[in-house]
Amino acid sequence: MSETLDHIASAARTDAPPAILLDKVNKWYGALHVLRDVSLSVALGERVVVCGPSGSGKSTMIRCINRLETHQEGKIQVNGIELSDDLKALDDIRREVGMVFQSFNLFPHLTILENCTLAPIWVRRMPKKEAEELAMHYLTRVRIPEQAKKYPGQLSGGQQQRVAIARALCMKPKIMLFDEPTSALDPEMIKEVLDTMVSLAETGMTMICVTHEMGFARQVADRVVFMDRGEIVEVGAPNHLFENPQTERLKTFLSQILRGH
Amino acid sequence: MSDITLNASAKVAEAVPRSAPISQVGFVGWLRTNLFSGWLSTAVTLALGYLIIRWAIGFVDWAIINAVWSVPNNQTQACRDLRGTGACWAVVTEKHRFILFGTYPYEEHWRPALCIALFVGLYIVSAMRRFWRKELALIWVGVLTLIGVLMWGGVLGMPYVPQERWGGLVITLILATFGLALAFPLAVLVALGRRSKLPAIKALCVIYVELIRGVPLISLLFMASVMFPLFLPEGMNIDKLLRAQIAIILFAGAYLAEVVRGGLQSLSRGQYEAADALGLSYWQKTGFIILPQALRLVIPPLVNTFIGFFKDTSLVLIIGIFDLLTAGKTAIIEPAWQGFGIEVYLTVGAIYFIFCFAMSKYSQSLEAELNRHRRH
Repeated sequence: MSETLDHIASAARTDAPPAILLDKVNKWYGALHVLRDVSLSVALGERVVVCGPSGSGKSTMIRCINRLETHQEGKIQVNGIELSDDLKALDDIRREVGMVFQSFNLFPHLTILENCTLAPIWVRRMPKKEAEELAMHYLTRVRIPEQAKKYPGQLSGGQQQRVAIARALCMKPKIMLFDEPTSALDPEMIKEVLDTMVSLAETGMTMICVTHEMGFARQVADRVVFMDRGEIVEVGAPNHLFENPQTERLKTFLSQILRGH
Repeated sequence: MSDITLNASAKVAEAVPRSAPISQVGFVGWLRTNLFSGWLSTAVTLALGYLIIRWAIGFVDWAIINAVWSVPNNQTQACRDLRGTGACWAVVTEKHRFILFGTYPYEEHWRPALCIALFVGLYIVSAMRRFWRKELALIWVGVLTLIGVLMWGGVLGMPYVPQERWGGLVITLILATFGLALAFPLAVLVALGRRSKLPAIKALCVIYVELIRGVPLISLLFMASVMFPLFLPEGMNIDKLLRAQIAIILFAGAYLAEVVRGGLQSLSRGQYEAADALGLSYWQKTGFIILPQALRLVIPPLVNTFIGFFKDTSLVLIIGIFDLLTAGKTAIIEPAWQGFGIEVYLTVGAIYFIFCFAMSKYSQSLEAELNRHRRH
């Protein structure tokens, strides 16, 4: 636990303001205490992987960052803007934070291109032509420009998830949140999505990624956060954390993950 | 023994694809599986076939071969002689203007006739997807205003015709078109309101829906016609048709709201979250993401409700408005034409059927077209 605090402290000491700051965040679903004093600071350009057993609160935590869930206690700051009931602040934050979901959540009645241009046109007030060029740029980057005129239902799961990444990028976010992006995919499609995420990491995007893909964590993560039962148990560099787990809980988790793979 | 050996060796060779036996495919196959699959179904098919043919021959005899198509000067003796063996379509020939236009002044009948044509034209234009633009709303406002001007008159040399004299098919179309055109947007707002996080709005919408759904349309019409004027100040009088129209809008709105709400509920939470995460505002999310999907899903129950209300407009007869059905009923009150109800009701029924069937067929094609994206 002392190790955890050290890391937060060291991140806080750096000069640049953190991209994301969670300070003693608590959340309950009814009587269930799902986030317990969660504190985390993510610097601009940092890649953080969050792992933990199911029900550990990792999805809930990142969903609090763009207020898909509301926290009841503590403070969350994104780019220095504090999350509150102020709708203006929320709009500003959502514009800066892109999100990719486990179940893709593409809009099935719109084409791939329309999925990507809707928010830039209506939220960023971008001219349609410019938005389409931008969308094609990102669709090319996720390597599916030829699918632009199709509907999501005509694409494979892996392709849909790559569209979802492109859709989020079209808003030119400073921070990307990934909520188990590969958990709903067939094994042969996981790689294409992870490759896309790795190449995104190489551009210096700030990323928080909930995933069980330990290979991905080793490859791109600056830090790995292990959560269990609503609290952050350990934080550290991936190799350090995976080789020298300090707590029983992380040891158990790692052994389960390794057995599963 | 040698037979068995032969069969065994034949099995080794790859099976050559061949077409299904003729008795299983095509029309013959369909007949076999659906009508003659066993001795019992064959017997039922033959018995019902006999009855249907007997009845059809009888109907054609009555409706066409032995029918009287017109009689001079209300002399219905020719019709009465044929009672039971031939239809007297002369009653429809004679009364068709009354059935279509009610008691509207005879020499002004071109006005409601033009209105009916305008309504039908409006339906056709609205049904074509290439006209689905913002301008369509203007077309609706324009055409409906024009219909109002034509019906009332009093301008451009057209004599004023009070609402009490309007009637027939044009009343049915007015009530149904204005009713559904205004009830639908109301319903969408109420359905959204019922899912609102704001308690006051939510409560208001729940109360509206439950209250309106809890009473029969007839009692609402009675209230609109009898009770409502009691609360108005002396001398102020809102048109009876307008009151009935408002009652229908409110009633249809409550039912349609629940249909729309069903569509809203069937969307996954992920759609809302994805729209939120992209930073879309509530109305952008609702207009671009939620409603387009929700409304497509509820086309069948929506059209079901539309068709129901198209026919329910006939309930206005209880407050003395002459819609299509009432006009038909009134047409045969005249002693000379009493007793020819079947012919008139068949005609009126056929008119209702044409409109309702058109709605039904159109909704099927719309559903197929709009849900194309869901086919993989």
